[in-house]
Amino acid sequence: MQPPAEHVHWLFATGFLLLGLCLLAEAVVGTEIWQRRAWRAYVWPGLAFALGVLMWPVMTFFTNSTLHMLAHGAWAEVLMAAGAVELALVRGKIHSPWWRLSMAAAFAVSGTAFLVHEQNAWFFQRSSFLHHLLGWWLLVAALFPLVRCVRPRSQFAATAFALTFVIGAVFLYCDRDVAPVFGHISPLAGTPHR
Amino acid sequence: MSAELVHELEVPRQRTARARFVTAIGPLTALAGAIWAIVQPYRITLLHPHGQGFWWLFVEPPLLVIAVGLFFYFAIVPGLLEDLEEAGAASR
Repeated sequence: MQPPAEHVHWLFATGFLLLGLCLLAEAVVGTEIWQRRAWRAYVWPGLAFALGVLMWPVMTFFTNSTLHMLAHGAWAEVLMAAGAVELALVRGKIHSPWWRLSMAAAFAVSGTAFLVHEQNAWFFQRSSFLHHLLGWWLLVAALFPLVRCVRPRSQFAATAFALTFVIGAVFLYCDRDVAPVFGHISPLAGTPHR
Repeated sequence: MSAELVHELEVPRQRTARARFVTAIGPLTALAGAIWAIVQPYRITLLHPHGQGFWWLFVEPPLLVIAVGLFFYFAIVPGLLEDLEEAGAASR
């Protein structure tokens, strides 16, 4: 009954896509209007926290290597922490925009975890390529929440932050368990099953 | 005897660029999912369900993208547009 790893990636991609669209809409209309309805204000931090919680079963059941387990555990922790901080910001429990550094840290930790737990080269197979791509993408994207700390009203930073999730979702949708990437696949990777 | 009838005319509302953009996000996402489904029909296992397991039938990426676009359009956009128009009217 356990889903194949690629299906888990696609389900998380769906969550990230919805998250990205909500953030994009917030960037366009402005935080003040977006937060006029309480449920909308809590959508983004709530989804981030929920995705962090859902990462724990992934860590528990997908133990094909210790590195995978540690990487998924790290993602669960940083996503939950960043989601909790955003929840506290929306609730008004904390006020300083510098708390948003937790999201920059979440991106940096996630990116590093992607790069560290991928042991193969870029063109070994598709999931290797995507791990490298997602890792570097998240490390670069960590700049956007950083800019939001310095300039909380920057529309560029808010839009780029939203698009980070949309692009991340596209990368996750591209994932397959064993598949070629741009025509490359190592004979050591196994036989593509679809 | 005379009676005056006052008709309220619906003035066509001019949507701002922001409102138009927000309205377009959902349909564009759904369109992207539909194009993906056409380009890679083999990603939709419902089209050839014989011998497929539960997860292959439950998780259909192009359909999930379409579902996200439609959910955003029907569940999130209407309230957001109302608030956007209220804010616009208040600022005038």
